[in-house]
Amino acid sequence: MLKVTIDNHTIEVEEGTTILQAARMIGGAVVPPAMCYYSKLKDSGGKCRTCLVKVAQGSARDPRPMPKLVASCRTPVADGMVVQNMTSPEVIDTRKAIVEFLLINHPLDCPVCDQAGECDLQNLSYANGREESRFEEAKRSFKVVDIGDKIQLHMNRCILCYRCVYAANQLTDNRSHGILYRGDVSEISTYIQTDITNDFSGNMIDVCPVGALTDKTFRFKNRVWFLNPMNASRSCSKCSGKVTAWLRGEEIYRVTGRKDQFGEVEEFICNECRFDKKEKSDWTIESPRNIKRASVISQNHYLQAKKPSVILPLENRTVSLEEFEKENTNEKQS
Amino acid sequence: MLDKKINHPLHVKENSKISFSEATLAKAKQIIARYPAGREKSALLPLLHIAQEEFEGYLSADVMDYVASLLNIQPIEVYEVATFYSQYYLEKVGKNVIEICRTGPCAICGGEAIQAYLEKKLAIKTGETTPDGLFTLKAVECLGACGSAPVMQINTEFYEFLTKEKIDSILADLTLKAKEDKPEKSLWKEKFF
Amino acid sequence: MERKILLNNIAVPGIRTFEVFRSTGGYLSVEKALKEMTPDEVVEEVKMSGLRGRGGAGFPAGMKWSFIDKKSGNPRYLICNADESEPGTFKDRYLMEKIPHLLIEGMICSCYALGANTGYIYVRGEYKYIIGILNEALRETYAAGFLGTNILGTGYNLDIIVHSGAGAYICGEETALIESLEGKRGNPRIKPPFPAVVGLYGCPTVVNNVETLANIGYIVNNGGNEYAQYGVGKSTGTKLISACGNINHPGVYEIEFGLTVREFLFDEKYCGGIKDGRKLKAVIAGGSSVPILPGELILKTAAGEERLMTYESLAEGGFVSGTMLGSGGFIVFDEDACIVRNTWNLARFYHHESCGQCSPCREGTGWMESVLHRIENGQGRSKDIDLLVSIASKIEGNTICPLGDAAAWPIASAIRHFRHEFEEHIQNPEQCSLHRMEEFENLKI
Repeated sequence: MLKVTIDNHTIEVEEGTTILQAARMIGGAVVPPAMCYYSKLKDSGGKCRTCLVKVAQGSARDPRPMPKLVASCRTPVADGMVVQNMTSPEVIDTRKAIVEFLLINHPLDCPVCDQAGECDLQNLSYANGREESRFEEAKRSFKVVDIGDKIQLHMNRCILCYRCVYAANQLTDNRSHGILYRGDVSEISTYIQTDITNDFSGNMIDVCPVGALTDKTFRFKNRVWFLNPMNASRSCSKCSGKVTAWLRGEEIYRVTGRKDQFGEVEEFICNECRFDKKEKSDWTIESPRNIKRASVISQNHYLQAKKPSVILPLENRTVSLEEFEKENTNEKQS
Repeated sequence: MLDKKINHPLHVKENSKISFSEATLAKAKQIIARYPAGREKSALLPLLHIAQEEFEGYLSADVMDYVASLLNIQPIEVYEVATFYSQYYLEKVGKNVIEICRTGPCAICGGEAIQAYLEKKLAIKTGETTPDGLFTLKAVECLGACGSAPVMQINTEFYEFLTKEKIDSILADLTLKAKEDKPEKSLWKEKFF
Repeated sequence: MERKILLNNIAVPGIRTFEVFRSTGGYLSVEKALKEMTPDEVVEEVKMSGLRGRGGAGFPAGMKWSFIDKKSGNPRYLICNADESEPGTFKDRYLMEKIPHLLIEGMICSCYALGANTGYIYVRGEYKYIIGILNEALRETYAAGFLGTNILGTGYNLDIIVHSGAGAYICGEETALIESLEGKRGNPRIKPPFPAVVGLYGCPTVVNNVETLANIGYIVNNGGNEYAQYGVGKSTGTKLISACGNINHPGVYEIEFGLTVREFLFDEKYCGGIKDGRKLKAVIAGGSSVPILPGELILKTAAGEERLMTYESLAEGGFVSGTMLGSGGFIVFDEDACIVRNTWNLARFYHHESCGQCSPCREGTGWMESVLHRIENGQGRSKDIDLLVSIASKIEGNTICPLGDAAAWPIASAIRHFRHEFEEHIQNPEQCSLHRMEEFENLKI
């Protein structure tokens, strides 16, 4: 077992554990945000750079700090490693810059985006972003395309996390979409006119951290914060049939995978469950689903969301930046 | 920004039956065999060079699908690669592709003026093809010949220490040779063994 | 300071052919290594030579070799990085074009030292004619029995394969190169693991620059200690410098480490001074990625010492007043050159070449280009200068691969040393001589 300390919390983990995984075991504010890493998708991570942390001590054997901030999702823990996430001003400052980079070409179309309210980028920028953009140029823009009859691609919103590509690679045979071109004109595309029809392709929507891939059967139907997420199940021959059904009154507006506290689905579900079973009679409704307090959904309404703020998921509370900094300086002094 | 077009409409496959000539196919198989078993995809970049040369100088969706079938990979894997590298053309180009270097070292030695002159002389903008289909003008990044700046490549042949007079004679020469085929020896398929 | 290691025989007629190359003592090192030395002994000599990677980072080659995982049981690979794409650098092209066997000889010894039975030469696609030259040279080498199975009867087998890129600067980064060689997009890998453990096809791999490998033959023949007699301090041996820009004699020069920058720049044997009798304004000493220095700081360090052509001397003063040797691409600017336009030009280059995988580089390089474009076009605002510094500082160090740093440094250093020029462009753009030139009308960007 390896001992690692993250923001003054020490934990023992197995060899091969990454800093991010260790932080998730500790939970709370020490967990760095992750926009591209997805524990259930092999090879994901390392790209968005939002999870950069400072390694103040490399290991017990070699206590030198690492010269640069490292991607916590892809850096394995060493015994005696000391990591700073929210306790490092450098990390906080860099994260703010990364959010700015992610936003410069991201449209400000949250009011018409189906992802709003459960968008990782929205949450990230509430927690870490600037109030104003310094970017004055025209944002890049792409046309909206349907990839298959159930999934819509808004490339403008994409942050190129590659999760959907890994999902297609790992959950389906014969991937038919990918990353085309390069640099800031890279795009997710099928290149030629083709439909993505695989039974598990809908999971691309769930793994997408933003509103780039959305469910056409739910498009503009409702705001997620008006819906009640419920654990629901049915017997399905293709997948586990364990889903979250999103209800308003007696009506199921959409079906998704069940997401854990880190925004990752517990199990991937099939397209039949996701797109075709929208009657309450299709499902056994089990219980209300716990929703991350950090999400806008939990605020139930935009007006109640506080900003700017640092959001601490573990303790289910929101504190202002000043309060947070005060607490942390106290901690350091003691 | 990559010159490859942003916001292209999705391409349409014509599903035309295409294949390499017998000689080229033999060459292609030889190239594939250079890589370890199970790693045939390694041959993708060389094969795309050859395919581009064999099929009118650019890679249509059908051509890429054909290359995918040779390597037993998904077509999207070829599209991903072909769109990434700047030497693969996704749209029809002229018989002669003029690639003028626009990067720093050439620029400070007058490369930009040469580019402007080429535009004037060919009466097209960078990125366009002359109406007679003879020349396509592209601006590219450093060609690795900064010591002989300004430089350009035409069909991957280097032309160095460019002046306006040299441009005149090079273009005249190429116009004269317009009807000839490219010399066999200069082809990509002759570069590998 | 005129001793040479690589280019002694460059002027011998026909040196490109195996026969002539062999007659000048070529391939002796292969015989020596394979017949008289163990692989580890070759590695030891290279360590002792102090040879540092000539691709840009200057990492000790012997040490890099010693990291290769020999326990995995997987095949090991050596890849020669001939994806020379750094603006201002054209030394590898020269070497491969003029004397290709020097590289092949070095590669055979190196593969033997690493226990590799396959070596790849990854040549950038733009160097198509070089691919032909290399393959011709390899054909000769196979025919002479220095490649293939049971080389010189020693039982050692080796194949060398020339592979082509297709236009991507990023493939000069070693893990992007490996991805590209596997037939994929040139996206750099996230490290660790390093190629020495998980490289090509998941196997232990070493990637070395052309010039680095070309030095191995000499080291095997003469020993690491003899090699270390060349140069000064930790800059051992010689270096190929590709000189370009506004100088009288652009070209590739082999210099022994320790030559003064002044001599290199002004002596007739080398650059021969600034073209048309103009004054020196600035130099980028190691390929476009390294910080630009004004004339006075490239000739003398901030402490007033003569600057030498060595890794250490060029770095003297850190990034405040120093730069890096990098790949040895020496770009010289005369008094008429416009630093703002050149900085914009390089920003465009890095924007164009970013693979787009990680967010700071993908978004930041384009943003910096836009801001510089604005300034160059006379629409800059005074806050733009600090904005550029801020963006550059947030890209630097936060990306997957060094392209982010390479994009940030030229901009940060140009503003550090030539801030007044940026300010002048913002206040009075028409004052820049380039803006008044008619030829540039068409190219108003």
